[in-house]
Amino acid sequence: MSLVSNTGALLGKELRTEFRSRELLTTTVVFILIVIVLFSFTFDPTSDESRRFAPGLLWLAFLFAASLMLQPCFLREQQNDTLSALRLSVRDPFAIFLAKLTANTLFLLLTELFLLPFFSIMYNLPVVRVLHWLVLVFFLASLGISIAGTALSAISAQARMRELLLPLLMLPLLTPILVASTEVTKSLFDRSPYVQWKGIGFLAVFDLVFLTALWLFGEYLLEE
Amino acid sequence: MSKNVLAAAAVFVLLGAAAYASFFIAPTDAKQGLIYRILFLHVASAWTGLTAFFICFIANLLYVWRRQPRWDWLGVSAAEVGLAFTAVVLVTGPIWAHPVWGIWWTWSPRLTSTFVLWLLYVVYLVLRTLVEEPDRRALLSALFGIFAFIDVPLVFGSIRWWRDQHPQPVVMGESGSGLDPIMYRVLFFSWFAMLALMTLLLRQRYKLEAMRSELDTVQRELEAA
Repeated sequence: MSLVSNTGALLGKELRTEFRSRELLTTTVVFILIVIVLFSFTFDPTSDESRRFAPGLLWLAFLFAASLMLQPCFLREQQNDTLSALRLSVRDPFAIFLAKLTANTLFLLLTELFLLPFFSIMYNLPVVRVLHWLVLVFFLASLGISIAGTALSAISAQARMRELLLPLLMLPLLTPILVASTEVTKSLFDRSPYVQWKGIGFLAVFDLVFLTALWLFGEYLLEE
Repeated sequence: MSKNVLAAAAVFVLLGAAAYASFFIAPTDAKQGLIYRILFLHVASAWTGLTAFFICFIANLLYVWRRQPRWDWLGVSAAEVGLAFTAVVLVTGPIWAHPVWGIWWTWSPRLTSTFVLWLLYVVYLVLRTLVEEPDRRALLSALFGIFAFIDVPLVFGSIRWWRDQHPQPVVMGESGSGLDPIMYRVLFFSWFAMLALMTLLLRQRYKLEAMRSELDTVQRELEAA
């Protein structure tokens, strides 16, 4: 039970820190907006073209944004010298990861949902009738990105050139998420939309595999 | 010293025999003709590269568990050797693809996933250059190596499920696929020769890493004194 209550307390701390300044959310939203606009210059976003390319662009933008957004996750603790205190405050270090990855999933999901209307208008894609499925894909993919990303940001925070290192660690590792979520999103934007259960199952498996790995090896990531 | 030379000579003879078998013993392919013979190098290197990455994974696990520097040395050696073999795969692939498919590179699943695999281990080595302190470097890179290896089946699965152009697996593939029995034997012999080469390289690289670590310790002690 202590895992749940510890995680809850730490999650509250993460959310308070972020919502006090909203730095992370605003910067990420602006970043993705810029990327979406810039992408439109590289091809002609007519309706048919959009159906083919837009899901890929969307997920690439989210992935790049996530690699920036997860940066301060452990760096902040390290710069403020709060990591040891954090470690002392919980019995199971997995609670720290659980709280951080829940917060990160929430931030990513909020950003994605906030940007979805803009994306839908600018790339001329109908999102309303498949909204609930999109939310499911966004959730599973964001969870996967956050699980792996939180673990990797604990690694990059302890190295030199950390700002550059995190995307390097994250992006190749998250290829499966990019492929699966792009394909599922593509089938949802089809002229006759359908749900690719294979892809949704794949995303769930990815999340489960990395959550297990984090549970097994997380404590070593925080060793002093 | 002479033992090393002897081992190297044995590997050299094995590789020569594998090359001879690939060119003169294996029959010519009915459809592709001569060019298919690169398969013996290409596929054998791919399997050997994967073997090396598997050794790296085991070494990473053992490091996290036991914390002995030698597992770190084995891990980095295996990653480098695996990268070399995978690089051979990435080079011989296009050489084969150009006459057969008419293009050097296509974003087909197996090409792409092998490339991602190669990148993951390049990142593993980059990470190692960015952490000063030896114990921390060993631990962090071991953990990343574990995550990377867990990711490999997911990368292959995701890319393979959603697009395909590469020839279907001929070894352990679906029914109706398969190689001539002699080709099989030549392929497995080539793999064996490559594994011998891998072991030789791994051994030398491991020794180098051990010496490097010793030198590092001595230098640190000198600086402290």
